[in-house]
Amino acid sequence: MAKKASAKDLIWDPVFNNNPIALQILGICSALAVTTKLDKSITMSIAVIFVCAFASAGVALIRHRIPSSIRIIVQMTIIASLVILVDQFLKAFNYGLSKELSVFVGLIITNCIVMGRAEGFAMQNTVRDSFLDGIGNGLGYGLILVVVGSIRELFGSGTLLGFTVLPKGEAGWYEPNGLMLLSPSAFFIIGIFIWVLRCWKTDQMEEA
Amino acid sequence: MDFLSDQFRNFLNEAFVENLALTYFLGMCTFLAVSKNVKTALGLGVAVIVVQAITVPANNLIYRQVLLPLELDYLGLICYIGVIAAMVQILEMTLDKFFPVLYNQLGIFLPLITVNCAILGGTLFMVTDDLDFLSSCRYGISSGFGWAVAIAALAGIREKMKYSDIPHGLRGLGITFMIVGLMALGFLAFSGIEP
Repeated sequence: MAKKASAKDLIWDPVFNNNPIALQILGICSALAVTTKLDKSITMSIAVIFVCAFASAGVALIRHRIPSSIRIIVQMTIIASLVILVDQFLKAFNYGLSKELSVFVGLIITNCIVMGRAEGFAMQNTVRDSFLDGIGNGLGYGLILVVVGSIRELFGSGTLLGFTVLPKGEAGWYEPNGLMLLSPSAFFIIGIFIWVLRCWKTDQMEEA
Repeated sequence: MDFLSDQFRNFLNEAFVENLALTYFLGMCTFLAVSKNVKTALGLGVAVIVVQAITVPANNLIYRQVLLPLELDYLGLICYIGVIAAMVQILEMTLDKFFPVLYNQLGIFLPLITVNCAILGGTLFMVTDDLDFLSSCRYGISSGFGWAVAIAALAGIREKMKYSDIPHGLRGLGITFMIVGLMALGFLAFSGIEP
């Protein structure tokens, strides 16, 4: 990215062309675990967008002052402080949700997207570009989370954000698919998602 | 005897039913990236067991002896990641000095482990489950062991898969996800074992 990239490119490029989950295999851990419900996925996406944007901006701000031998620790400290902020915020305003997300808020620290962007992009670019890049990558991550989250909640419990969409039980006709709430389904859905994305953008295919 | 059999049952439960990789999706990034052949996968698996066995008890001590008495548990995250980074660094230097052969085999994986969510995840689960020191030692080893088994198995399958005819769009990452899904389904069968 030598020439000055426009703000629009910086944000939209990671969403479709260079999606952190589908193409760069980053940040998958949390993407799979929190997607049993849509509200969890949305909260998680917002948290990651926030952390990723500000961590990139923070790293970019002091990039000339960080000695390269300890840069990982410096980045970790910036990221960890932001994550603690998010964690405390969630605990204060939505305790139930923060209990459901349990360890996965803390695990944003080791989310490779945040680390990867801080190390790979923010160390060489200006504060503004890094901030936008952080938002873009967070969005790309959020997109997959929201898609997977809606599929799993819709077919697993027949609801969306807690509202009944497919009526089940005595009055309804829908038999919830329990597998959707278990871990394997997340792998299948993301696998299929990658398949679809790669059929659409054929240049992303791998030779294997 | 009771004590031992209890420990053993918990060990099996943590290694297979609550498998870090397949049930909690931790360490997925390295799990998918470093599972192309069995030998490297095993190397990484061993490294994870070692680091996990050291860091979980160490963080347990810090949590119980320092953070709780001082009511600083909201600083937990930053402490744990610091401990993990430091431990990995120390382990790397010790191996380099005393076991150069082992260092050459594990060397490239050790830095990767700092950002492996399985390690931090193990510590965070230890905190949420409120384990005592002894259990945390066991948990460190068992969770690392479960992760190592999973990655070695996946690497074995992927080696065989080179000879299969896979749809183009699914090659590489896509099919790997499907396989991990099937493996997770298989591991669910262990949940019949009551702890």
